[in-house]
Parts: sequence; structure tokens; C-alpha cells
Amino acid sequence: MEKFTTLKGLVAPLDRANVDTDAIIPKQFLKSIKRTGFGPNLFDEWRYLDHGEPGMDNSLRPLNPDFVLNQPRYRGAGILLARGNFGCGSSREHAPWALQDYGFRALIAPGFADIFYNNCFKNGLLPIVLDGNVVDRLFKEVEAAPGYALIVDLAAQRITTPSGEILPFEVDAFRKHCLLNGLDDIGLTLQHRDDIKAYEARRRMEAPWLFT
Amino acid sequence: MTGKTLYDKLWDAHVVRTEPDGTTLIYIDRHLVHEVTSPQAFEGLRLAGRKPWRAASVLAVPDHNVPTKGLEHGVTDPVSRLQIETLDENCAEHGITEFKMNDVRQGIVHVIGPEQGATLPGMTVVCGDSHTSTHGAFAALAQGIGTSEVEHVLATQCLLQKKAKNMRIRVDGAPAPGITAKDIVLAIIGRIGTAGGTGYAIEYAGSAIRALSMEGRMTVCNMSIEAGARCGMMAVDDTTLAYLKDRPYAPKGALWKQAVAAWRELKSDDDAVFDKEVRLNAAEIRPHVTWGTSPEMVTTIDGRVPDPAQETDAVKRGGMERALSYMGLKPGAAITGIALDKIFIGSCTNARIEDLRAAAQIVRGKKVARNIKLAMVVPGSGLVKQQAEKESLDKIFIEAGFEWRAPGCSMCLAMNADRLEPGERCASTSNRNFEGRQGQGGRTHLVSPAMAAAAAVAGHFVDVTKLQVTSSK
Repeated sequence: MEKFTTLKGLVAPLDRANVDTDAIIPKQFLKSIKRTGFGPNLFDEWRYLDHGEPGMDNSLRPLNPDFVLNQPRYRGAGILLARGNFGCGSSREHAPWALQDYGFRALIAPGFADIFYNNCFKNGLLPIVLDGNVVDRLFKEVEAAPGYALIVDLAAQRITTPSGEILPFEVDAFRKHCLLNGLDDIGLTLQHRDDIKAYEARRRMEAPWLFT
Repeated sequence: MTGKTLYDKLWDAHVVRTEPDGTTLIYIDRHLVHEVTSPQAFEGLRLAGRKPWRAASVLAVPDHNVPTKGLEHGVTDPVSRLQIETLDENCAEHGITEFKMNDVRQGIVHVIGPEQGATLPGMTVVCGDSHTSTHGAFAALAQGIGTSEVEHVLATQCLLQKKAKNMRIRVDGAPAPGITAKDIVLAIIGRIGTAGGTGYAIEYAGSAIRALSMEGRMTVCNMSIEAGARCGMMAVDDTTLAYLKDRPYAPKGALWKQAVAAWRELKSDDDAVFDKEVRLNAAEIRPHVTWGTSPEMVTTIDGRVPDPAQETDAVKRGGMERALSYMGLKPGAAITGIALDKIFIGSCTNARIEDLRAAAQIVRGKKVARNIKLAMVVPGSGLVKQQAEKESLDKIFIEAGFEWRAPGCSMCLAMNADRLEPGERCASTSNRNFEGRQGQGGRTHLVSPAMAAAAAVAGHFVDVTKLQVTSSK
């Protein structure tokens, strides 16, 4: 997994609540058996005017000029500013894969759906929860100032705004450690192989029907 | 010391080790796998030179991509076919049991797990699918996971997570005839919202929940994720045990007796404390219909499409306006006045035998309305289909003008050929009414199987509790 330490990123605002994973990456692109290449189809139904299917040359498709990510001022954004319950719906990890592949490294919202939130950390994508009022204010600041960028410092758990304001955020110590060091969960867990085997042996005695 | 909730008990029984910040390794008893969220996980194993920790705990089935008609031609979409073949290959390579497309036991992963007795009380169950919450109906800790976690569970038999908070939703009282588990869960989502359960494990309790069959209980637990909760669960009782007894994967003989003794403890202690409690009166629940593009955008059959102008919260108002524009609905329109184009009876929420019986009872001897372009029934599994055919339910549907299809996820998420065309409006027994969910530009209204069947006959939504139903007896 790619490490996440600090990030200075242009902010793109997606001003709607309950953005679901079907909207982030529509189902027809889930037929891929790879982890990469989902970026061009991120928010496909909002981003393009035609219907997208796997295998199309996306550079030839008509863009929806009203969709925020198609506005030139947000080109190259690394941080997505969103509303509550972002990532609700299906467990598809293709959603964080698509956001990551597009170029986002951090997401800011008043709340994320549980499975999506968890999936982000497995892919070097940092979801940051901020108070709804702060997020509201950020939406106004982003709108007012083209080129609006934030600096995210994961080690210090703080965001610095262009005016120098510091916004602290929470993150689990374990997740932070893994993200800062780009650690592979599976490798870490397998260091506890003996604990898993001991649990299994005990459980086999207590509940043998689970092991038939 | 206060007592434990059911979730506390399930959690405690599976802890392998805990990090200082509370991140815990919990052991996984059952891993269900389907074709869409697993290929990258198996590829990850291969690249790292790892093997599944306990292949016998894994049960695999293709469901999302499978066609529901023309099966004699196989899977004609080459991309879908590759995904299904990849699952076949991965299962064969690692010795994982798979119910393949030609197996009568094949079906929607959340239908076949319980049907086979592969989901048992006290288990931790995971699947790379958010509707894994379904299995909580058996007092299991059942959660949807992402593909990285699928790989993690395959490699280590464990999941890394922090414990959630406890929420109890009590539904007491007797619902009116015609009110189903689907109406109960839509009422719950309407009450707490789609983020209401975020960060919580939900336990459903109360006399109306206890009175539900296992299939009804699965419908309720299934949509926990639509209320934001990764898992929903219910205590074990005689209904649970009667359902499981003699299922193929359930323990037999002395082991069954030993298991039952342990399972009887799988309920919250009387003095357990919940972080949040919600109460609903079942007697007040009416048939529910969603009007928008989020499951919380729901009202009753007597209701009207709400007016965004009445909403004071700007973000919510914007969401409502977008939803009404997408759905092609006007504020104040009566729900009963909404005409439909397609009817979908199926999905992991409502494709079990009781769902099909309830729908068949409504359409028996009637015809699908002329404005309905397509009405389809997609049984949840090959065995559900077989049972329905034994009861001649297929004939009732076909005579009424429905299409009787082969099992799969089908138009719940439209990954196969079954989908809505832009602007088409559908009464659907599935679980999500998101924009584009059933096909780009498609408009979904979530309802119970009885309500979908009644809408098929009338051509628009009608109050199923006011219908004269021909008895099947």
C-alpha cells in the first residue's frame, strides 16, 4: 500500500449528501477482475452525458459541463470535499479504487458509511471526518477561492487552510500507523499466527460443530 | 457489572487479540464468496504466495452476473463470463466448495447460506457484499466487507476491526394483515435515516420481530445496511432452531444437541445496556413505498410525495429536489397515482419462498396491467425456484403475465441483462433506489412483494391491505 504522510492538494467540492457507491462507480465497471483503471469511470453517470460501458474510449465521450469535476478550476484535485454519509450502499472496494485512481488521496466529510470508510484505509486513501459546520464553511471557502488547497498532515492529525487556520482531526492509532508506513494488514496479522492457532484450538473444543 | 448484549457476546467469543487502541482481530467462522468482489482478493493471495487459511470455511457461488434467462446459451457477455470463470478457477485451485451455475443449489449468496444451514447461530459471517447483514437473523455477527478484507480473511481467517456501539430497535405490537417485514424495515429506515445506524450494531427485538418467520427476519436484517449499520441481528428462539434443523450444513445428532444448548444463550441479557434505543409500534405501520433516490426517502401508501420547499435544511432540500427531478415526480402527488412500467420481484431482500407465495396470492387469477411492459419474478435460488414450481406458483405468475426467471441478483443491481431503460419506473422488492441502480436513468420504488404484485395488477401503487385476496386454501 502507498504511504500517506502529508498532502497538499487542490480541493474539489461535491455538494450533495448520501453519495452512494453506485454513483461513485456504476455496476457495469465492477466486472473487471483488476484493481486498477477505474479512475476514468469515477462518477460515470454524472460525469459524462452518454452511457458508459467497460472498454469504451473515455477520452472520446461527451463530458457533462455541469458536473463539478469537469470544471477546469478543479482539474488535478487531490482532496474531495463531500457531505454526510458519503460512500453509503454497497461494499464494493471499486469505489475507493476509482477515487484513488482518479487522483484523490484524501476525502473530507461530516461522516462516511462504515464499510466505505474502512475500505479507504486499505488503499492509502485518507477519509477525514470534520464537524458539519466546519465542512459547511470549507464548502464556502472553496467556492469563493479558485485554487483553494489544503495541507493534510496525518502524523500531526491536522489540516492547514490557506489562511493558516489549523483544523485537527481524529484517526484510529492503528490505522494511522498502517497508513503512515504503508503497511500491509495481512503481513501484520500473520505475525500473530500463533494467537490465531491458539484461538482456533480452543474454539474447536468449545464449539466443534463450527469445524465439521 | 451490567449484562451483555447479543452483539457483545458474539464479539467476545471471537476475539483473537486486541491492539492498545482497541483494534481487534476477530476470528471468522464462515466466509461467503461471490464472483464480483473476490477476483482481486485471490489475485492478491497469489502475488504474495499465500493460501487460504481454512478453505473449508468458505462457500462460493456466482450470483451478481448470472443471466436469468437463456441459460442454455451460457453467459454470453464475455466480461461477465470471465468473472464467473475466474471464480470457478479460484475455487478449484484452492479446494473451495462452489455451487456453480448449473447446480440446483446456486442462487443469491444471502439466500443460499441460510438455506443450506451454512449460516449458524453464534457464527461470525463475512462476505464481500454489504447485504451480509441478512445472516444476523440467525444471531450471527454477519458483516459485509471490502475486497482487501476478503483477501485478509482468506489469508488469516480473521478480520481487523474496532467494536461498534450497541443499538436496539424494538418493534412491538401486532401489524395489520398485509403488513410485511419489508414494511417494518422501511418504517425503521424512514425513522432513523440511512446514516442512523452508522457506527452501530443493531439488534432487532420486540414482539413483532419475534412473530416474524426466519424469512421475514432475514428481510429486516438484510436492510440494516440501508440504515447505515454494518450488521443487524436477532436473538435465537424456537423459530430459529426449527428453521435450521436438518439443513445440509447444520450439525446433526449429538452435535446438534450440544450446539442448541450453546445457541440458547445467544440473546441480550435482561440488564444489558444499549447506547441507543428506538421503538416502533407495529400496529401503526402501513404499507411503505419509497419516492426518492435514498431508502430513507420513504412514505406510506396513503402518503404523498413531499415538498422540498417545506424542508429547512439546505443540504436535505437540495437532495430532495434532485431526487424528485430524477424520479420525475411532483411535490404533493399521491403515491397511489404513480403509474409503473416494470415490476421486479426478487433480490436478497425478498426472493425467498414466502415472498413468492405472498406475491402469488395477490396475482392469482388476475392479469398484469396493460401499461406494465415487463413483470418478472426471479427466485432467490434454484431450490426456491424448485419449491415454487412444486407449489405451481410459477403457473400463477406466468398465467398472470409475469416472466418466471432463473435465480440470481438480476435487476436489483442490473449487472446482467435485466435492467431499466432511462425514465422507466419500477416497483421493486429489492433494497436500493439509488440513481442508476437498476439501470441508468431508471426510477426505483422499493416495496414489499405483496405491494409489487398488487402494483403489477393495477398498473400503479395500491393499498394491499384493502384488497380482497383469493385464498389459496
